[in-house]
Amino acid sequence: MADKPKFAMYWAAACGGCDIALLGINEKILDFAEAFEPVFWPCVMDGKKSDIEGLADGALALTFFNGAIRTEEDEAMARLLRKKSAVFVAFGSCAVEGCMPGLSNLSSADDHLITVYLDNPSTTVTDPAVVPRLSTRVAEGELRLPGLYDTVRSVRQTVDIDYMIPGCPPEAHQLEAVMELFMGTSGLPEKGAVLGAGTRALCEECPRIRSWTGREQRRLRFRRLYEIIPDSTRCLIDQGIVCMGPATRGGCTALCPGANMPCIGCYGAPAGVADQGAAMLSALASITDAGSAGQPEEAMQREVEAAFEPIVDPVGTFYKFSLAHALLNRARPASPVTDEAADRKGKGRA
Amino acid sequence: MKKISIDPVTRLEGHGRIEIFLDDEGEVANAYFIVPELRGFEQFCIGRAAEDMPNITNRICGICPEAHHIASTKALDALYRVEPPPAARKIRELLYSAFFVADHTTHFYALGGPDLIVGPDAPPAERNLLGVLRKIGSEKGKEVIECRRRNHHVIQTIGGRAIHPCSGLPGGWSKPVTEEERREIETAAERNVAFALYSLDLFSRILQGDTAFRESVFSDTYLHRTYYMGTVDDEDRVNFYDGMLRIVDPDGREFARFHPRDYRQHIAEHVESWTYLKFPYLKKVGWKGFADGSESGVYCATPLSRLNAAEGMATPYAQEAFEYFFETFGSRKVDGRYRPVHNRLATHWARLIELLYAAERMLELSRDPEITDPHIRTIPREKPSEGVGSVEAPRGTLLHHYRTDERGVLTRVNLIVGTTHNHAPIALSIKKAAQTLIRKKSIIEEGLLNRIEMAFRLYDPCFACATHSLPGTMPLSVIIRDAQGTVLREMAQYLR
Repeated sequence: MADKPKFAMYWAAACGGCDIALLGINEKILDFAEAFEPVFWPCVMDGKKSDIEGLADGALALTFFNGAIRTEEDEAMARLLRKKSAVFVAFGSCAVEGCMPGLSNLSSADDHLITVYLDNPSTTVTDPAVVPRLSTRVAEGELRLPGLYDTVRSVRQTVDIDYMIPGCPPEAHQLEAVMELFMGTSGLPEKGAVLGAGTRALCEECPRIRSWTGREQRRLRFRRLYEIIPDSTRCLIDQGIVCMGPATRGGCTALCPGANMPCIGCYGAPAGVADQGAAMLSALASITDAGSAGQPEEAMQREVEAAFEPIVDPVGTFYKFSLAHALLNRARPASPVTDEAADRKGKGRA
Repeated sequence: MKKISIDPVTRLEGHGRIEIFLDDEGEVANAYFIVPELRGFEQFCIGRAAEDMPNITNRICGICPEAHHIASTKALDALYRVEPPPAARKIRELLYSAFFVADHTTHFYALGGPDLIVGPDAPPAERNLLGVLRKIGSEKGKEVIECRRRNHHVIQTIGGRAIHPCSGLPGGWSKPVTEEERREIETAAERNVAFALYSLDLFSRILQGDTAFRESVFSDTYLHRTYYMGTVDDEDRVNFYDGMLRIVDPDGREFARFHPRDYRQHIAEHVESWTYLKFPYLKKVGWKGFADGSESGVYCATPLSRLNAAEGMATPYAQEAFEYFFETFGSRKVDGRYRPVHNRLATHWARLIELLYAAERMLELSRDPEITDPHIRTIPREKPSEGVGSVEAPRGTLLHHYRTDERGVLTRVNLIVGTTHNHAPIALSIKKAAQTLIRKKSIIEEGLLNRIEMAFRLYDPCFACATHSLPGTMPLSVIIRDAQGTVLREMAQYLR
């Protein structure tokens, strides 16, 4: 037992889906448990932070870290596990690029508190004093809460990582291959590599028939998802549905298009693309006819606006999973409403 | 004053904390259960396109994404005032039934059940799924794993993906069920019914064979007289997918019966500044603090609550199990229905009756000729403004409430999830366990952990859902401090 390499899996601000995905490799997990000794894995076993602190640096052969960085504690655990791990892997979309929690960066920590506690349909409170805060005096003593960061970051933006496994969550068949890689003897890829996914865009593995090439522009009117029943064999973009396939890394076997739904981008940008949303906008722009030469500028502008008008939430459409890593990655935080909030902000600011 | 912290901050990430204060006599003065995080879907969903919500809110929880996906899809039906075709409605409920089978199975065999099957006094290293498998034998053990696998496969077949399914749309579902798929699902459902019957039988044998457990189930330690809420069909039977919300008082009288869209007339949320998680209560009774009884607005929404709030089950085997359950507790029938069972450990049993119902319902739907009808979409024509969608999630009623501008861009999102309804009852159970185990400064350390753990686990709490932020595991450690705050002893345990 003692000779086996040590394994850890940890979740920060996560939904638990990554852990469930890893358990989804079924009996392969038993092979993995033979090859590695899991020493720290909150989803399935006990283990203490102090056990990890007591290890020599690099003593953990392999750590999978999932979840985004939302609080000081998330960050402290990421730093600790990085230090103790020989190989540290950002596991799943939250760790790799911030995922849905990254959409929080469109508002401030204070906005969250106001929405949840003060300006909320089922709460009746109007007094800011009842909003959760760092310290509360109760009859028996003091109770404390940790502050929230204003900005959500990925693990990759927080510590040095060796590899990343994209997906929300990563698909089981990909994880099986990743586990075999780590159990095998053929050596590991170069630092920084993306594991458990393809390199090219999802469209390359999507069985739908595509007629647009990107060279020919034509009059394309986008549609809301609920407005049409798309043909299940033809490219969704051809039918006016915004499908993130052209700007998303392949590897999942195009599951959502297989269910007659568009890709929403959970595997992040393909190799060599820095900004997923920008890449998608550019793909759509390249196939949208803005009119012909000689037409007045205003008419062309109207044409473009009409085509894109059904895309009512560009940020949420193009950056659902990658806002924390976008080139323009957050809205300016509002000024704090109370001293307490200011304190929280001061503590929480990244 | 002496303070005992059950405090994960010193270990792990601090996802839950219990603070127990002792008075000068060494008795429990108060116990606080603190949830220290908020991820904030209600805020960052503002500005999103409404139709994206089923695929955003399923990311609230990787354990029960199906519940959020379906509640959200139903909220979109209401928002766009559109009725899905019968096949779409049935396909959604079919997926939902498979999900209930998988989720309740996980809780009984991997999370809550080890305390019962392996025993609360077994070493903690045995009280897990592996210990359960050793106890019930490898053949039955394989069936547990197989049950989860086949139902996740059904979820992927119907919903496109095994985790975070993607097929919900306002007015329908994106993908029909083929005849080949239907046959496969029917076979899975048949196995589920047999598996559920075995699980109930296993529970009965434990209840009969284990005196200590039987005493705990029937004892006062885990008893709270509260209001109960659950969704019922038009004959007041338990339903997970759709119906009216019914609330009964601690004596079993109907207190309220309403459409989920009217939830705000009946439910409000109390806020305390020392925890991020809110405390729902019955508006017409009022928030009277952490107390049970008919004078307190505290209510519960669990498998036990759903049985208490209903007249019966809509499938034959589950109905038999329902009657046997209430009769075992000596519950009398008043006005044709059983009086509530208040013994909280009975929640485990109620969960298995629900498992059986879900399996039977799945079988019915898989044999419904309409299930393979390719007509699964109604295109919305109305302008959106406001919609509420609700389902019974495994852990309690789940409400999604959206408001939008006329383009269907969200301006307001309110979510009340199963575990949140049960937040005040969970706090009550923690306090009672602490009071029972701490007397005149004598602290039964191991017992304290175990009792609190069992008091928690029966609710199957999911804090990923509750705070729309946390993972499903609740890591806790008990730290005993003296009056100066010096740590005297430390104990640790995970809770699920």
